[in-house]
Amino acid sequence: MILNIARKELKSLFASPMGWIILALLMMAFGSYYLTGVNNYFEVMSGAIRPAERVGVTIFVGQTVYGVASFIMLFAVPLLTMRLISEERRSQTLPFLFSAPISLTEIVLGKFLGLIVFLSILVLYIFLMLLTLNIWADIDFGYLIANSLGLWLLVASFSALGIYFSSLTQQPIIAAILSFISLFALTILERFFASDPNHWFAYLSLMKHFQSFSRGLIDSSDLMYFFLFISTFLILTIRRLDADRLRG
Amino acid sequence: MSNLTLEAIELTRLFGGREAVKNVSFHLEKGEVLGFLGPNGAGKSTTMRMLTGNLAPSIGTVKICGIDMIENPKEAKALIGYLPEMRPIYKEFTVDEFLTIAARLHNVPSKQIKKAVDIAKQKCGLSHMSKRLIENLSNGYQQRVAIAQAIIHNPLVVILDEPTVGLDPIQIREIRSLIREIGKIHSVILSTHILPEVEMVCDRVQIIDKGNLVFHGSIDELKQHRQGNKLLVGFSKAPALSTLEELKGVVKVEKAESGFYRIHFQNKQPPSEEIVELSVKNHWGLYQISPDQTSLEDIFVQLTENKQIK
Repeated sequence: MILNIARKELKSLFASPMGWIILALLMMAFGSYYLTGVNNYFEVMSGAIRPAERVGVTIFVGQTVYGVASFIMLFAVPLLTMRLISEERRSQTLPFLFSAPISLTEIVLGKFLGLIVFLSILVLYIFLMLLTLNIWADIDFGYLIANSLGLWLLVASFSALGIYFSSLTQQPIIAAILSFISLFALTILERFFASDPNHWFAYLSLMKHFQSFSRGLIDSSDLMYFFLFISTFLILTIRRLDADRLRG
Repeated sequence: MSNLTLEAIELTRLFGGREAVKNVSFHLEKGEVLGFLGPNGAGKSTTMRMLTGNLAPSIGTVKICGIDMIENPKEAKALIGYLPEMRPIYKEFTVDEFLTIAARLHNVPSKQIKKAVDIAKQKCGLSHMSKRLIENLSNGYQQRVAIAQAIIHNPLVVILDEPTVGLDPIQIREIRSLIREIGKIHSVILSTHILPEVEMVCDRVQIIDKGNLVFHGSIDELKQHRQGNKLLVGFSKAPALSTLEELKGVVKVEKAESGFYRIHFQNKQPPSEEIVELSVKNHWGLYQISPDQTSLEDIFVQLTENKQIK
């Protein structure tokens, strides 16, 4: 049942040119950063004579691409999540799902999964793009895998929060703005605590946890953080939809 | 196993302290079409939303074939087909795509989906629209898609909230015969404003007003209200009212619109012959005499207004 909902969501993403255009534009953006990353590598590294200044090509290019990807996703994900529930609310199609033999949990998880599959295409694409470096260099696969996993968890968290805000309103645009603002606040949170990086408030920041992945480190506490973040917002969404049934 | 397909037991729904539906109980048997009537805002849609599990009742229970809607929503919902007031269709899909999704979500086995879609399309007259985007269909065809969506999994109970809205007369007739056809095997609940529709399609009628059930009975009972004891008479040179009132069996005479008189009589013995004879004798110029049937509208108004006075 979750899969059926996910299929429906994917189908509606690709039913219009919208899905394809978003994929194409995002891939173009990542591709161009990859290209400048590779170009810069030759320029910078040819100037770096001392061994201490030298950085591997994987880290150099990977940092550029994944850094940019996490930033672009901050804008892209709210635009994708905004219509998931609010659009259904506005065009009154929620009763279609509510009166089918599916639980609310399945509806929310299905919608979430549908979006994740769509975003995974992008994460996979970035991974494959960076793999092409392996044709002429010896690259660090562990670094790429950690980064991909980090990016994947990051966009999944963005999506979970976006779905929640989408369930709050009837207007997709309001959902997009709300989720963008809160995601932006959550990502830059840790910069306010630059003097005290171990402050508990900084620990809430999404970027802080993404950073260890971008150093190539898979830390179970970061995995836990993302897992809790995603499940919190999905549960909130389910409760919000349940309130519809109870309060009317 | 009993034949009860749907039971609503003492349903009450509060919206912020205001009772939208008050203590409504009824049941539905297999092979029955129940008409649900009521003025705007009477609580028809609210009741239907509760029956389909879209809205939790404040008090009371809904049972579909004995399965409690609140305790086992999945099993109960699998037996229902629901067409809400606002048609729930995804306009970015084609008719086929949308119906396939609907079939899938309603647990139709994957091998039978294609067949189920075909049957639903055929029943609703959509076969030649398969590849069209729902967005580009006319209002009436969109309504048909919404109806097809509700019956695609062959549900035991079909709940239709104003199904004939936006259809042209021919389509309305087709949909009505479709409803009767479904009603032969399964149960149908149908809400509507159109009173003749109820008479044509439904076996039982239920009238709700301000959240209360004011009438509940078979269509024949409702029709009995219609068999009036009144005559509508037109004279070109009308006599005095008192002359008519003195006739045998006449209870009351009142002036109706455009020179007609409404004559109330007793004992189901219309004094028509007498009136005709007298008219000829006294040159009243009788040009019309006919039994005055109370329209369904009048009964409806009566029933809903009586309640208000109480």
